[in-house]
Amino acid sequence: MTKHFGGLVALDAVGLDVNEREIFGLIGPNGAGKTTLFNCVTGFYMPDYGRIQFKGENLLGLTPHRICSKGVARTFQIVKAFHSMTVAQGVTTGALARLDSIEQARKKAASVLELVELADKEQIPIRNLTTVDRKRLGLGCALATEPKLVLLDEVAAGLNPVEIDQVTGLLRRIRDLGVTLLVVEHVMKLIMPVADRIAVLHHGKKIAEGKPADIAQDESVIDAYLGRE
Amino acid sequence: MVGLFAYLGSAWNLGCGYTGKLSWGHSAFMGLGAYTSTMLYIAYRVTPWLGALLGALIAAGFGTIVGVICFRLGLKGHYFVIATIALAEIVRVTFINWADLGGAWGLLIPVVRDSLYDFQFHSTRVPYYYIMLLMLLGLLYAKWRAANSKWGYYFTAIKDDEEMAESLGIDTFKYKLLAMTISAALTAFGGTFYAQYVMYVSPDTVMAVHVSTDILMGPVVGGMGTLLGPLLGAAIIQPIMELTRAYVGGRGLDYVVAGLLTVGVALMRPSGVVGLFEKYFRAISLRSPEIHQG
Repeated sequence: MTKHFGGLVALDAVGLDVNEREIFGLIGPNGAGKTTLFNCVTGFYMPDYGRIQFKGENLLGLTPHRICSKGVARTFQIVKAFHSMTVAQGVTTGALARLDSIEQARKKAASVLELVELADKEQIPIRNLTTVDRKRLGLGCALATEPKLVLLDEVAAGLNPVEIDQVTGLLRRIRDLGVTLLVVEHVMKLIMPVADRIAVLHHGKKIAEGKPADIAQDESVIDAYLGRE
Repeated sequence: MVGLFAYLGSAWNLGCGYTGKLSWGHSAFMGLGAYTSTMLYIAYRVTPWLGALLGALIAAGFGTIVGVICFRLGLKGHYFVIATIALAEIVRVTFINWADLGGAWGLLIPVVRDSLYDFQFHSTRVPYYYIMLLMLLGLLYAKWRAANSKWGYYFTAIKDDEEMAESLGIDTFKYKLLAMTISAALTAFGGTFYAQYVMYVSPDTVMAVHVSTDILMGPVVGGMGTLLGPLLGAAIIQPIMELTRAYVGGRGLDYVVAGLLTVGVALMRPSGVVGLFEKYFRAISLRSPEIHQG
């Protein structure tokens, strides 16, 4: 797919195939087009050219809430949240995407909160959460919509090493539940051990794709992104 | 009057406070309600109760049009406010120039003996108070129920963060339109009540911008998006305006005083008077949908 903003080419004929039940990492320097690609897939932007398919179904041109109902959820880089709700209410809101009854949605939310390790904080107002808990909450809200694919935007940004390890474990657990993850990430410590495959974007172009170990050795990736010793 | 503006403020709050869209054009809905019931009564002696229902339908229709225009264009913040003022002004100017509806003179409702059918009570004004009380309680009950429903969650979600709401599968356009339509219809009921209370409607008394201002000052002062905010706000603002008119005199100064108060509250305490109490009595504010404990 391709996306321009005025004269700037944010995405230049980038193609990605993500397999079911894998953690796919998308890395690249700032301004490489990672978030733009995200916004195209989830319906917030309309690509200029291209196709977006999910399980054989077209997603191109659908509104974000329709895409969510097809089973594709996302989190946001700048952690967005319903600031006037409690943790439980926020996740319940997500659960209502598939359920009409508040009671059932609350039950669903409770099980999701267990998964993202926020069960003990469910009555806390969202605006009082720490950064790492907000990331957990964002993930929880997305998971409550029962997605098959979750797109995570910079989940490790602003976290300390211990928290990054916790999130890494969480991503593995989510994948093991049968959810596919497309992870946009800056922090190598998180993405290298957890990803099954990685693609590298640079100036809106895909310059490499493969297993984490191969990516780390790739000449063009080292030039563009990882840097030389 | 406190009751009426508590009601109108609550209706406004449903559409605007809960979804965060500040409409300054609710006078149009009020006017459409007032005119519909009044016209039907004058021309065919249709009971104002039925007139109010039809007025609500017409206002809901207009509310949907306003919503489609504003939300499809993606108008936000100040632009949304200006658009709603402009659309309400279009309605007002149309009615001023509509000779069959009395033009700028407006319409006088013919006085008959007290009766529920005619919605007129002159020997004693007490029935008006009870009718208003019932309308207000009905609305509060409906809102309280809604706060614990899917709609309540979705309205709050949209107010807090529209993009996030959309990404969680909420059809934000649909729910915003719904809030606007319901709010418009409820406001039209208030318009009919006002018409029957003062027995007179004119574009400048039910459709002008200052009427919208009257409506929204209550919730802004009391606390937007809260259940009791519009009530508290109306109970504070309306007596102050009444006293200003009585002791200082002059139409206009009342708005200066009330306006200063509103701006003051908006600047210093955006969560309104209810916000002041929230720390102490979280339960009374019902700011967000209640979670049942256990």
